[in-house]
Amino acid sequence: MPRLNGAQIIIRQLERQGVQIVTGIPGGANLPLYDALAASTAIRHVLARHEQGAGFIAQGIARASGQTAVCFATSGPGATNILTALADAYLDSVPLVCITGQVPRALIGTDAFQEVDTYGMSMPITKHNYLVRSAADLLTLIPKAFRLAGSGRPGPVLIDVPKDVQTEVVEFEHWPELCPVNAHRADDPEAIETAAAMINQAARPILYLGGGVIHAGAAAEARHLAEQGAIPTVMTLMGLGILPSDHPLSLGMLGMHAARATNLAMEECDLLIAAGVRFDDRATGRLSGFCPQAKVIHVDIDASEIGKLRSADAGITGDARHAFADLLLQVRQQDRQQWNGRIRQLQQDFPRFDAEDFAPGRPFHLIRRVAELAGPEALISTDVGKHQMWVAQAYPFTFPRQLLTSGGLGTMGFGLPAAIGAALAFPERPVVCFSGDGSLQMNIQELATAVEQQAAVKIVVLNNRSLGLVRQQQRLFYEQHYFASSYGIAVDFAAIARGFGMRAVDLEGADDPDALLQQAMREPGPCLINVPIDIEEEVTPMVPPGAANTTMIGGDHAKN
Amino acid sequence: MPKTEIIAAQEPKNMDTAILRLTVNNHPGVMLQICGLFARRNFNLDGIFCTAIEQGETSCIWLKVDETDKLDQVIKQLVKLEDVLAVAERGDARREISEMEAMLVRCS
Ligand SMILES: Cc1ncc(C[n+]2csc(CCOP(=O)(O)OP(=O)(O)O)c2C)c(N)n1
Repeated sequence: MPRLNGAQIIIRQLERQGVQIVTGIPGGANLPLYDALAASTAIRHVLARHEQGAGFIAQGIARASGQTAVCFATSGPGATNILTALADAYLDSVPLVCITGQVPRALIGTDAFQEVDTYGMSMPITKHNYLVRSAADLLTLIPKAFRLAGSGRPGPVLIDVPKDVQTEVVEFEHWPELCPVNAHRADDPEAIETAAAMINQAARPILYLGGGVIHAGAAAEARHLAEQGAIPTVMTLMGLGILPSDHPLSLGMLGMHAARATNLAMEECDLLIAAGVRFDDRATGRLSGFCPQAKVIHVDIDASEIGKLRSADAGITGDARHAFADLLLQVRQQDRQQWNGRIRQLQQDFPRFDAEDFAPGRPFHLIRRVAELAGPEALISTDVGKHQMWVAQAYPFTFPRQLLTSGGLGTMGFGLPAAIGAALAFPERPVVCFSGDGSLQMNIQELATAVEQQAAVKIVVLNNRSLGLVRQQQRLFYEQHYFASSYGIAVDFAAIARGFGMRAVDLEGADDPDALLQQAMREPGPCLINVPIDIEEEVTPMVPPGAANTTMIGGDHAKN
Repeated sequence: MPKTEIIAAQEPKNMDTAILRLTVNNHPGVMLQICGLFARRNFNLDGIFCTAIEQGETSCIWLKVDETDKLDQVIKQLVKLEDVLAVAERGDARREISEMEAMLVRCS
C-alpha cells in the first residue's frame, strides 16, 4: 500500500501524467514539493530567474506542443509574480497547471509571512483553481486539474497547496485512474445543415479563423473547407499559420494592423464563417461596423462565445475539427470566381507591401531574412509592440503552432521565456524570438536560464530605443506629445547578453550586417542579435482604437 | 466532464428580473466564484440566497438577476464554472423569493 506525503503524491501524479519538464522557483512554502521533485528521475526541473519567466516558459512548452505544461512557485511573492503568466494563458486559452506553495493550514488567514490569498487572486484569471485542504484530496485533484486544463477550451488551472498538506502523510490503496481529456463533438446535425446551406448559397463568404482552430488541431480541415468552397480566409493573430501565408486564399491577419485589402474585403462579405474566434476588438474594430452585410456562422467549443458579441445566424458548439469535417460533407465544390476576382482586384489596388519596405535595414527586410536563415521548421516567438505586428504581417508562417505570441493579454516580456519553453519542448528545432528593446527588459533575467539550459534560441532585438507602439499612438492620437515612450539611455544588449554568458552580435555600425546575422543564426546555442531600427518606423496600416476596420491610417500604397 | 444541467424558463420573457436556482459544490470558495463572475462580467445581481443541501455536499443558490437581456450569457458563463452543477430558470418561484425578500426587510 503506497504511503506518501502530499508533495510526493503531487510529483508521482505529474510523472503519471507524462510531465517531463517542470519550471519554477523554490521558496519556503513549496520546499517539500521541491524535495520530492529532487527524487524524480523522470522530470527535469528548469530553474527560472523570475516566476513570471517560469510561467511563460511553461506557456512556451504548452503553446508549441499543445500539451499541458507545469510550473511551480512559492507562496506570497512567488504566487503574485506568476499571476501575469496565468492571466496571459487564460486569455489565449493555453493549458497550464500551476502549483503554488501556501502557508500551513493553521496560519491561513492570519497574515502570516509570505501569505497572500492566491486562491482569491487567481480565481478570475484561471479556468479553475483549488486550495487543497488535505493530502488525500491530491490523489484525485491532480488528474482532474490536467483534465480541466486540456479539455474543451483549454486554460490554466492553479492548485494552491499549504505546506503542511505537502508534508502530510497518507496511506492509500491504489492510484486513481487518470482522467482522459474530453472530446467535444458538436452533436447538432441541424446546425451543420443550416450552416452548410448558408455557405453553399453565399456569394461572398469569408472564413475567419482563430486560435481555437489551432487548439482543435483543425488546420488541415480548415484548409480543405477553404479550398473546397474557394473561400477567402482571414486569421486572427492567434490563428496565423492555419493557412500558409502564401496560400492563394489567405488574406493574412484581419483587424487593427491588417492589410488594407483584407479589411476592405471583409466590409463586402455576405457570410462570415467564424471558428475558434471571440470577436476581439483588435480583430473586429468597432463591432457595429464589422462585416456589416454579413450573416454569421460561429463555431466554438465554448458555448458562451457564440452570440457573446455578435449574434450568430448559425451557432455550432463543438470543436472546430469535427465541425469542419461535418461541414465538408455538405459544402459544395465551387470556384467563386467573381468573389475571388474582386479580392484580387482589391489586393492589386492596395498591395499589402511596398517594394521599399524590403530595403536593407527596414524591419520587413530583417524579418524575411531571419525567416530564410531560420528555415521552414523554425518556431517563432514575439514580444509585444511594433516588432510583434511586423512579424505578424511579414513572417512567412507555414504551420499552426509556429507562432507563439501573447494575443489576448499582450504581455511585454512574453517572448524570451516562451522561446525558451519552445526550445525545451523541441530541442531539434530552430527557435527565434523577435523582441523589442522595451519588452526584452521585462524578462531579461531569463537570458541566464537560456544559457544554463543551453536552449538554442536566437533573440533578435529590434532596437528602436523606445516603447515604439506607444510612441506611435502618441504620434497618431495625442498630437505627437511624446512622453515616457523613449529611453534616455542606450542599453548595450550584446554586452548584457555576454554578461549572462550568451553569445551576442550587434549589427549597429557593422560593415557587413548580413554576414554577422548569418553567423549569429548559425550559432549552435543561444545567441542575441541586436538590430538598430529607426525610431520612426511605423506599423501600418492602423485602425484607430474604437474605429471601424475600414478607417485605416497609413500603409496606403494605392495603385490607382 | 459531467455536463452541467440547464433547465430553461417556463414563463414569459418580458419580466425585468430572472430567478435562477443553481446547484453547486459546497466549499468555501464557491460564493466568491459566483459573485466574482457577476462583478467582472458586469452582470447585475439583485439578490442572492444560499444554503447547504444533501448533507452539505452541495449547496443551492438562488439568484435574482437583473439582466433579462443578457440572461443567455449569464447562464452560459455560470455553466462554465466547474463547481456549478446545475442551473435552472425558476420564474415559478418568483412569489416565494418576493416573500423572502419582504421577510428579510422586516427583520432588519
Ligand atoms: C507588461 C506590459 N506593459 C505595458 C504594455 C503597453 N505597451 C504595449 S506595446 C509597448 C511598447 C513596446 O516596446 P518594445 O518592446 O520596445 O517594442 P516596439 O514597439 O518598440 O517594437 C508598451 C509599453 C504592455 N503591452 N505590456
